[in-house]
Amino acid sequence: MILIWLILILIGSGLLAWLAGRWNDTLPRVICLIATLTQFAIVIALWFNANLDAEGLWLVEYTHTWIPSYGIQIKLALDGLSLLLILLTSFLGVLAILASWKEIKKKVGFFHFNLMFILAGITGVFLSIDLFLFYFSWELMLLPMFFLIGIWGHEDKTYAAIKFFLFTQASGLLMFLSILGLYFIHGNNTGIYTFDYEQLLGTSLSAPMGFLLMLGFFIAFVVKLSTVPFHSWLPDAHTQAPTAGSVILAGLLLKTGAYGLIRFVLPLFPQASHQFALLAMVLGVISILYGAKLAFAQTDLKRLVAYISVSHMGFILVGIYAFTEMAMQGVVMQMVVHGISTGALFIIVGALYDRIQTRDIGQMGGLWTSVPKMGFMALLFVMASLGLPGLGNFVAEMLILFGTFPGHMLLTGIAAIGLVAATVYSLRVMQKVFYGQEHKRRKISDFDFREMMVLGALMTAIIWLGIFPSPVLNLSKTAVQNTIEKVNARPTTVDVSNIQAIENISTSTGDGKKEVPNSLVSKQE
Amino acid sequence: MNLSALDIVSLLPMMILAGGILVMLLLVAVKRNHGLAFASTVIVLLASFIAILFMKQDRPQAPGGLFLFDGFAFYYQALILLSAIVVSIFSYISIQKFFHEKRKEEYYLILLLATLGASMMVSCTHFISFFVSLEILTISLYSLISYYREQSTAIEAGLKYLIMAAVSSSFLLFGMALIYTTTGAMDFRSFAEIALDLNMAPMVMTVAGVGMMIVGIGFKLGLVPFHMWIPDIYQGASSPISAFVATVSKGAMLAILLRFFAMADLYRFDEIMMVITVIAILSMLVGNLLALRQQNIKRMLAYSSIAHFGYLLMAVLAGKAMGIEVATFYITVYILAILIAFGLITLISGSNTEASDIESYKGLIWRKPLTATLFTIALFSLAGIPLTAGFMAKFFLLDTGVGNAQWLLAFTLVVGSVIGLFYYLRVIVMMMKPNEKSVLDGSISSVATFTGILAITILGILIVWLGIYPNWVIHLIRSLQ
Repeated sequence: MILIWLILILIGSGLLAWLAGRWNDTLPRVICLIATLTQFAIVIALWFNANLDAEGLWLVEYTHTWIPSYGIQIKLALDGLSLLLILLTSFLGVLAILASWKEIKKKVGFFHFNLMFILAGITGVFLSIDLFLFYFSWELMLLPMFFLIGIWGHEDKTYAAIKFFLFTQASGLLMFLSILGLYFIHGNNTGIYTFDYEQLLGTSLSAPMGFLLMLGFFIAFVVKLSTVPFHSWLPDAHTQAPTAGSVILAGLLLKTGAYGLIRFVLPLFPQASHQFALLAMVLGVISILYGAKLAFAQTDLKRLVAYISVSHMGFILVGIYAFTEMAMQGVVMQMVVHGISTGALFIIVGALYDRIQTRDIGQMGGLWTSVPKMGFMALLFVMASLGLPGLGNFVAEMLILFGTFPGHMLLTGIAAIGLVAATVYSLRVMQKVFYGQEHKRRKISDFDFREMMVLGALMTAIIWLGIFPSPVLNLSKTAVQNTIEKVNARPTTVDVSNIQAIENISTSTGDGKKEVPNSLVSKQE
Repeated sequence: MNLSALDIVSLLPMMILAGGILVMLLLVAVKRNHGLAFASTVIVLLASFIAILFMKQDRPQAPGGLFLFDGFAFYYQALILLSAIVVSIFSYISIQKFFHEKRKEEYYLILLLATLGASMMVSCTHFISFFVSLEILTISLYSLISYYREQSTAIEAGLKYLIMAAVSSSFLLFGMALIYTTTGAMDFRSFAEIALDLNMAPMVMTVAGVGMMIVGIGFKLGLVPFHMWIPDIYQGASSPISAFVATVSKGAMLAILLRFFAMADLYRFDEIMMVITVIAILSMLVGNLLALRQQNIKRMLAYSSIAHFGYLLMAVLAGKAMGIEVATFYITVYILAILIAFGLITLISGSNTEASDIESYKGLIWRKPLTATLFTIALFSLAGIPLTAGFMAKFFLLDTGVGNAQWLLAFTLVVGSVIGLFYYLRVIVMMMKPNEKSVLDGSISSVATFTGILAITILGILIVWLGIYPNWVIHLIRSLQ
């Protein structure tokens, strides 16, 4: 029950904020702040009460009928991974509201309505384990994001908003076809037509079919993850979005792609994932290097940060397809720390834009003297994103590289170049913006109390995760192990695990259809 | 031919309509009053609708073998009557705004006549009754489309529709004649039984006959390649009449198509299935592609309707109980959205021209938040975005498509929806643009405007409700069979 409230609180406060926005500009902010703080508190409480060693996949579950004639339920469940991501969602949600406190001046009510609906959609994505509900939430978060970019964005907002929407919607529909395909194949095999994730897990698929269905999911997720060559919506959307939009885009929306890969693609299609792993990793490595190169070449500060995201998301893709526990833990860590560090960078850039009305790096320079606090924060988070030891990103990237190295030495080696490139572009930001010649004298104010509070919270988090990452790693450990177990339980050679897999499938299909073992046998040749 | 008492009772909704038309005729002769004519129209439609509500529990009746009054027919009749009520509300507003001549009352007579034709059509099981009811509907539509006779576009549209409809009717008749020659049967079911035992040569003729009929029906539904008239008619006719063509006329046509396919069991003719598949794919692609560049909202909706009926054919192809159920749900949702869209065009129009240019919607969301929100809901529903009924409808469509292994159709639908999204978004983006000087603002009696807004608000709430909780309509539709 508590899980559905996590979503309902956001939806309810969103509607309330819209109404309140008719009379007052501050009221919507307060309402949404209270709502996100409540959500944050609930998630923290869930964390402390979670029994991580418990049996079973889920810590908390909630099921309610929705459209029974099509086997659709409102089924939410929480495990370590989703708990961590919900925690990140509510944390960044609070900060996004605080960060846009002064930036958004028109249609405040509608702005917060959209913000809350995005957060509700994201929460839904992280919690749903009914594939229909998952897709429903997946689509739900697009629409308000479209409005957020399209109404409150910068100069090229319409183009960016439509591009974002079309990219994600098109890829989402492909995923939906895959979901339907899976639904019918499972239905034909067992006679039970359901969108329930747990039941679909054991579906036996012929190799080409499994590969096609996997591809549908994969495309939807890597578009969100903004892997090269599907990344082109991201720089536009990030650049044009208002600060809160960029924070949520980078911090949360990209993570839904990674989450989808871990939660759905690997466990549902273990065999196809193994076939596809090399290509996916190559794409990841290309993203790392290409993102880094383009980040270096940007003159628009916000666009630069956007390309940093592309580069960092490449690490996630590489880590996921390494199929080792260590790399996967690194991926989870990277999801969290990237959300924090890039979110912080977007907040800083947004604050800077508010003060000097430009994002052009050429117009900046020597800002440290006038805004030392901002300079310090920028330095910290730039260091974090280049992977300085002691900060969270270091832990994440090292885990990913260590976890990937044994299986793929060459790829890991090339990916590691990305770290060097990160140093180059990160230092360029500091050099051009905060050090060097003052471009022109400006009278700008430094961070005020509210902004210091926002960035202080982010700073605490990133340092904490850098020095003491084990709470996060412990939390996600079981979930990660489950995923790795499922994806590695594929029948490669005739051994015990293979027989076990066949047994599993036969028991899950009830009467143990004859073609199931046959198809498995044929694949071993 | 003997009619039992039950047969007559099952005819009651249509008898109310027919009687209402006669009463209206007398009424116009006695006293000409726009408000009165409008009120009596709504009362007649409501009475007919209420009669249907009482009808539901009865066993299917087939008076004279011409009609079949079952749950399916009653559902579509109810849908047609409710749409007609909404259309007449907006007709009142539209006539007050744009039609300054004296003869306003006959409009409602013709509207009722067209509604009668449509509601007869959905219960037909015989070629004769099909053709007669179709002609009642079509001939009424000629005059409705060109009713605003001082506007040259309306006259042009009416003339176009006249020619197109006549051509399509002749195709339909010729197809029926061919089928009658070979099978000697004119009702759907016995045609199916006889067609089973036909030899090669008569079989070819029968298939050709069915093909001719599909051409005729395709014209009426506006499917590619018979779609040319649709945009001109939508643009030329007044918005309520465009809505009437899009909802009542097309909905009735879809019902008869579903019934014809199911009763005559056309699913066994591979050639026909092939033809329909090609038509469906072409309609989805062409409709969506042509809608992309439209600057006129009514034309855009016209092209999008071509695409939507292409989607619907997917359910028709799936056939049997499942396909009929999905098609019925989809058309219900489509009618809701399209009524909102055309209703809003009427509502926000100024006093001389309709607000059909996309520019007139600039900044609407800041000028009139409620209207713009409702329009957004309708457009999102047409685009198939979650939280609106259109999403559920599209899901059910894809579900049947994938379930029947029609991968090509399902894939085309996905491509079509993505293209479609672009032009729906264009309108929404236009509404979001900064508020400039108010372009158009209608000014007529506030009661009528209020009723209009109330009507579309109810429709909008229905769309959202169905988008979250479609169960009850699914159960309703399932219980029909």
